[in-house]
Amino acid sequence: MTKQTTEQTEQAGSAAQRRTPPLPGRRDPSDPQAIPTTAAGPSGENPGAASAPESPAAQRRSGPLTDRKHLRTYVLVMSLLGLLAVGFTLAVIFYSNPTEFGSEGWWVILQMRSESLLTIAVVALCHTMATIAFQTAVNNRIITPGIMGFGSLYTAIQTGFVYVFGMAGVTMLVGVPQFFLQMAVMMLVATVLYTWLLSGKFSNIHIMLLVGVVLGGTLGSLSNFMQRMLTPSEFDVLTARLFGNISNARAEYLPYAIPIALAVTAVLWLWGPRLNALSLGRTAATNLGLNHKREVIKILALVSILISMATALVGPMMFLGFLTVMLAYQCADTYSHRLLFPMGFLFGYTILTGSYFILRHVWDAGGAVTVIVELIGGIAFLIFLLRKGRL
Amino acid sequence: MISLTEVSKDYSEKVTIGPVTTQIEAGGITALVGPNGAGKSTILTMIGRLLDIDSGQITVAGHDVVNTPSKAIAKILSVLRQENHFVTRLTVRQLVGFGRYPHSRGRLTLGDEKYISEAIDFLDLTDLENRYLDQLSGGQRQRAYVAMVLAQNTDYVLLDEPLNNLDMQHAVQMMQQLRRAADELGRTVVIVLHDINFAARYSDKILAMKDGQVVQHGTPEEIMTDEILSEIFNTEVSVIDAPGGPLAVYY
Ligand SMILES: Nc1ncnc2c1ncn2[C@@H]1O[C@H](COP(=O)(O)OP(=O)(O)OP(=O)(O)O)[C@@H](O)[C@H]1O
Ligand SMILES: [Mg+2]
Repeated sequence: MTKQTTEQTEQAGSAAQRRTPPLPGRRDPSDPQAIPTTAAGPSGENPGAASAPESPAAQRRSGPLTDRKHLRTYVLVMSLLGLLAVGFTLAVIFYSNPTEFGSEGWWVILQMRSESLLTIAVVALCHTMATIAFQTAVNNRIITPGIMGFGSLYTAIQTGFVYVFGMAGVTMLVGVPQFFLQMAVMMLVATVLYTWLLSGKFSNIHIMLLVGVVLGGTLGSLSNFMQRMLTPSEFDVLTARLFGNISNARAEYLPYAIPIALAVTAVLWLWGPRLNALSLGRTAATNLGLNHKREVIKILALVSILISMATALVGPMMFLGFLTVMLAYQCADTYSHRLLFPMGFLFGYTILTGSYFILRHVWDAGGAVTVIVELIGGIAFLIFLLRKGRL
Repeated sequence: MISLTEVSKDYSEKVTIGPVTTQIEAGGITALVGPNGAGKSTILTMIGRLLDIDSGQITVAGHDVVNTPSKAIAKILSVLRQENHFVTRLTVRQLVGFGRYPHSRGRLTLGDEKYISEAIDFLDLTDLENRYLDQLSGGQRQRAYVAMVLAQNTDYVLLDEPLNNLDMQHAVQMMQQLRRAADELGRTVVIVLHDINFAARYSDKILAMKDGQVVQHGTPEEIMTDEILSEIFNTEVSVIDAPGGPLAVYY
């Protein structure tokens, strides 16, 4: 302390030097008791600085939401989305049930509609969680697993099974163990492929996007090509599998998909703070003690699980994740994954249930939900690119 | 102590940095100087384990930077690169808060908040702490990055041209603060500087690089001569005696 005082007098004259606040010192960070003592130390002579530990320091908090207004906006958006979600859920379940209230048929319809809603919830959850985590891993807000062709990869793997094994392949696709097998294959292939793709080889975002789109397109045409070579009966079974949609989802997967989706969500939730640090990019994350490469691989593995599940249920969706996550980032305006996840999910769920309700009950085209949502998402993607004017 | 043994980086057949063998002693400020493309950033980022080493070994306080878990290194060494850009929208305080991550794992305690406030005050950012980074000037942003690294509170601090974009007052202030960090807290600061006079005035040792090699390593008094400086920077430099130490003139 004395040393500092002499140094200050020696270098006197500079007013800036006099205002110099205390040095971030070496203390045991887990010991809050130590704070007032040091604060009284170097800065003891100028009480105006940050030396008063109680009053000004008490207000100086670092949180993911910057101020009251930010908090209010977040709560408001969440409540609105919550209300809309509940509203659409009730509307989808109860609106214009043709059978008599309380009859057996009424309950059957109710159950079918609930299954659709559950499917929607799982799909919204998978796409949102996967997209947020993926964008954090690759440190980019434009590309998403959907845009980079994760869904097409899953479709290609599925078609490949049928193509190689014929009718036997179809039976290989049906059933629960096969569902897991495909998911494992997808996880392996996607993790290896995208780790390689994203490992800085194509550090340029334009090229990465291009590679993703071309990959998605190529895998899509490959699937198409293989499908043309199938016998009509094989093709029938395959399309029934592949082109699932929300009113005709593979509901038999739900009992497995729901716990898996929840488990992966839980893991990503636990990783929240780590994802926050990762979102600063490779350099800063490494400086903060994260093994960047390992974290990215782990995230890609989880992302591929989520996307294979969503794709197995309702087929590939390219822009849903982009749409929900862009909206979540716009409205939440925070780095905190634990705040972004729920908002993104609510956006996804609301958009999907909303379109489902409108399409099914107003236009009588329930099967077109994914198509319409993709259209909206695609347009949003274009507008985003055009407004930004660059990648 | 930071010790480099036969460290080299091969960018391509033509561009190789090293092999460099040198030791940077613990405590005090070491300035890395040299012309553009000399390899200063390369060496600094390799010490900070941000860049893979092609051959050789680097240890910081006895820990091999390649084999020691990154988590452990983050508690003894922090590093700031020459250029920084974050995709995420952050306020100054949120950014500086990330500096506590190695200790808090994202759960900021009262003690962490204290470090954060101190680092912010230290760099004269108190009034700006709730501003978003994209609402700051280049120099203010640069100070916010340095504040983040200081909040990490590590024994070793590596900074790549932290005086970039800073005005006179803030450049001088930052060097004085780093000086205090070294003197009072025993920090080891390795800093890339372009202004040789800043290096001479504030550092204990100057390490000069040229064409991927260390060409000089000594105290400012030893380095600050006409011949040595002219040789390092390929420019006519004359050193004059000024109040406060030798001054290089090269305009
Ligand atoms: N990623 C890279 N790929 C290929 N060459 C590189 C790469 N990074 C740096 N180099 C080359 O290595 C040499 C040293 O670069 P470095 O960034 O270490 O220089 P520096 O001393 O920090 O220069 P400056 O003062 O301009 O910051 C330069 O010739 C540069 O062109
Ligand atoms: Mg450099």
